[in-house]
Amino acid sequence: MKTLSKHEYQKLVEKKAPGSNVVRNIFAAFITGGIICAIGQLVMMTVEKLGADKETQAAVTSIVMIFLGAFLTGINLYDNISKFGGAGALVPITGFSNSIVSPAMEYKKEGYIMGVGAKMFLIAGPVLVYGIFASVIAGIVYFIWKQVI
Amino acid sequence: MARKLGSQTYTLDNQVVILAGAAIVGKKEGDGPLARYFDNIVDDEYAGEKTFEAAESRILRDTYVKLLEKSGKAATDINFVLSGDLLDQCTAASYAFRDANIPYFGLFGACSTMSEALVLAALLIDSGAADNIVCAASSHFCSAERQFRFPLEYGSQRTPTSQWTVTGAGAVLLSNQGQGPRITSVTPGKIIDEGIKDANNMGAAMAPAAADTIMAHLRDTGRTCDDYDLILTGDLGSFGSTMLRELLKRNNIDLKDKHNDCGTMIFDLNRQDVVCGGSGCGCSASVLSAYILEQFSQGLLNRILFVATGALLSPTRMQQGETIPGIAHAVCIEA
Repeated sequence: MKTLSKHEYQKLVEKKAPGSNVVRNIFAAFITGGIICAIGQLVMMTVEKLGADKETQAAVTSIVMIFLGAFLTGINLYDNISKFGGAGALVPITGFSNSIVSPAMEYKKEGYIMGVGAKMFLIAGPVLVYGIFASVIAGIVYFIWKQVI
Repeated sequence: MARKLGSQTYTLDNQVVILAGAAIVGKKEGDGPLARYFDNIVDDEYAGEKTFEAAESRILRDTYVKLLEKSGKAATDINFVLSGDLLDQCTAASYAFRDANIPYFGLFGACSTMSEALVLAALLIDSGAADNIVCAASSHFCSAERQFRFPLEYGSQRTPTSQWTVTGAGAVLLSNQGQGPRITSVTPGKIIDEGIKDANNMGAAMAPAAADTIMAHLRDTGRTCDDYDLILTGDLGSFGSTMLRELLKRNNIDLKDKHNDCGTMIFDLNRQDVVCGGSGCGCSASVLSAYILEQFSQGLLNRILFVATGALLSPTRMQQGETIPGIAHAVCIEA
């Protein structure tokens, strides 16, 4: 390829490559994420009606939504929802559940130790590591803040 | 013995015939435009096995058995098997031929494996070292996904330049005698890396390699695109094909209506949700072994250049921030 440098080729690829349909993706994410959150809200209000306190409401809602995500993954549906809804299905807690259940299902063939056990957090691992790390930092900052005040 | 022409093309002196071909594909491919040319369509993604890797080996082995049956050859007539796939350590091929009891070479050329096998087999037969060689390649959507991307049930979206790994295998039997289309020259390709980093844009990563090999072949043989009925690239997909045309145009080569791509032929891009088309070793292997050989036998093709292309990437090197090396080998097939 004498007529094009690497840089020129990359620029050309960028120019010619078909782009994502941003408007469609944002709309689909809004609808999907909205429906998932509305279901979560319904669960929360139901638990509230049953007379649970705020903390219990939040815990039960999380548990129910995680179950729903895992269940829909198990019956091979969640990947289709994500394919349509993108981030709208990945960001809520149901997506987090999907990211743990899907490798657990996939790697079962390699056994329960080196398969399910070792690979279950393949995708969710970084979220957990940095999520827990961030919460520790926040805790330390909060602790110092309280000492100062 | 093969004679070297120009920089990297070898013209064969002795007869190298493609005696027969066989291809078995999965359900999605069996729903595509080329369905009726395949020997068998396997609806079960496990092909009766317990894992996807075993399923891929099973499909490859069944294709090989079908090939022997169609060619009328016995396993003892075969000197070598040259085969490969996308999995680590070429395990689909190694396990497929575990019980075949034939000298075996495992090849890795990513999606270019079929043309790599054809180049080597043609040179081996031409040299007199072998009478009959089986060239085969396979891929499986599910085994490739788990090796290169995400778990199947993980909710990810495909980018607009991505391709869909073909589930299937293709095999041909090359022989120094018999009836069938002949391999007359081969152009082994060089590794070309133009700095593409996006593993979901393999078409763009492979297009420069395809262009380089096609240009080398035309230059070495003194031919033009008009000397061919078809220039068939491996699996550049729709976007990679656009880039190939663009690159060749800049080098004053016009493909006109001579070009087609196995990745865009095996699926219906509008209907089958495969974005830019098919990919994987099984894509070009099955299209060549089924559809193209049938076109030859019907007298619809006279001379083609088969250029299967491969993206020689690994998930590890991608995570380390590396770019994608591409490769393409060209095989000239004449009626």
